[in-house]
Amino acid sequence: MAANPMNQFEVYRIGPEIKIGTFDISFTNASLFMIVSSFAILFIFNLGSKKKSVIPNKIQLLAELSYSFVAKMISDTAGSKARPYFAFIFSLFMFVLFCNMFGMIPYTFTVTSHIIVTFMLAAFIFIGVTIIGFIKHGFGYLKLFVPSGVPIVLLPLIVVIEIISYLSRPISLSVRLFANMMAGHTMMKVFGGFVVSLGIVGGWLPLSFSVALTGLEILVAFLQAYVFAILTCIYLNDALNLHH
Amino acid sequence: MIKKIFFQSIFFNFFFLREVFAAESGGMPQLNPEFWVSQIFWLIITFGILYIVLSKFILPKISSNLELRKSQIQENIETAEKQREISEVKLKEYDEIILKSKSEAKNIFKNAREKIIKDINLKKETLDKQIDEEISNAEEEIKTLKKDATDKINKIAIETSSDLLKKLIGTEINNSSISAIVDDLSKKNKDKYYGS
Repeated sequence: MAANPMNQFEVYRIGPEIKIGTFDISFTNASLFMIVSSFAILFIFNLGSKKKSVIPNKIQLLAELSYSFVAKMISDTAGSKARPYFAFIFSLFMFVLFCNMFGMIPYTFTVTSHIIVTFMLAAFIFIGVTIIGFIKHGFGYLKLFVPSGVPIVLLPLIVVIEIISYLSRPISLSVRLFANMMAGHTMMKVFGGFVVSLGIVGGWLPLSFSVALTGLEILVAFLQAYVFAILTCIYLNDALNLHH
Repeated sequence: MIKKIFFQSIFFNFFFLREVFAAESGGMPQLNPEFWVSQIFWLIITFGILYIVLSKFILPKISSNLELRKSQIQENIETAEKQREISEVKLKEYDEIILKSKSEAKNIFKNAREKIIKDINLKKETLDKQIDEEISNAEEEIKTLKKDATDKINKIAIETSSDLLKKLIGTEINNSSISAIVDDLSKKNKDKYYGS
């Protein structure tokens, strides 16, 4: 069973089967790690915000640095109008980051390596951003698809391309995260399998690769969370500050 | 085929009694829609709770703490600025006092010096006068002594020569003739005896 690198992505039930109507909403390992990630975030940030000392201790510094990191990211990409959405983007970034990072612990499950999870997040962002855009600009939001300074002949083509690119946003956003996580974890599993099959003689090379890949994957885990959050900010920026 | 394996993990030992659909089914487990609804459901619940707790309870605390620190630092900077200004004023005052006291010290020194010089000059003058007086007195004395000396020496010379002559010859010779000779000799050898 160790031979198949895709086994690690298997979702299985923990505890009894729960059904609402025809829908199976059983508690699974995926749910477990969603809860673990959320509680880890809440635990760390609760500890970090408990004391109000002028000179912060380590955990408070961690919380405040994350806060200012995300705040700077939002104000850099989406401006001051995005301030009300700070909490959402912060929890999104932290959720994706913690899910990715928990996935790096051996024998754990990576929530974000499942397309349905990332797609749900991306779809929610897409729908939310579209609604915000229509609320802020009314039907003027459709001007997003009509870039200024384009010759009138090319306009029908450009508009179609713009609409397609806009509609593919949730797909690209979700597939990017999902594919990155899945590819990285599969690769690590494959190299780990090589270590076992080559044994004590030849296993050292894939083992060193495995070590290097672990470092790379931790970087990717952070980077993908960052990219996910910053793309959300960019989409939000399109909805808040209509440039076209 | 359903395999049962016991998955050991550090934290969640007892959770990992798992049923694994074996590899022969193939493909990606991600595309198996069996647990999609469950994942969506739990994602909404966990993310929803995370969002609500973060936005309602934790993030406001962090932001207020950051604001508090910012304002406190600003305040501290302001007070530091104020104190710096105060200290600058104090420093200026101090410099002035130092300058003033320096010039005062100079004046005192100058006055003292002048006074001392005056005193010294006065004393010097009186001393000079005294010395001059004493010198003139002494000179006068010397002069009178000089004057007397020739007469006395002449007298002694006359007496001794008359005594000598009396002892040698046995007769008394007239003093006047001896004195004439002595005068004559003393006049002749005056320079030799007394110096000029």
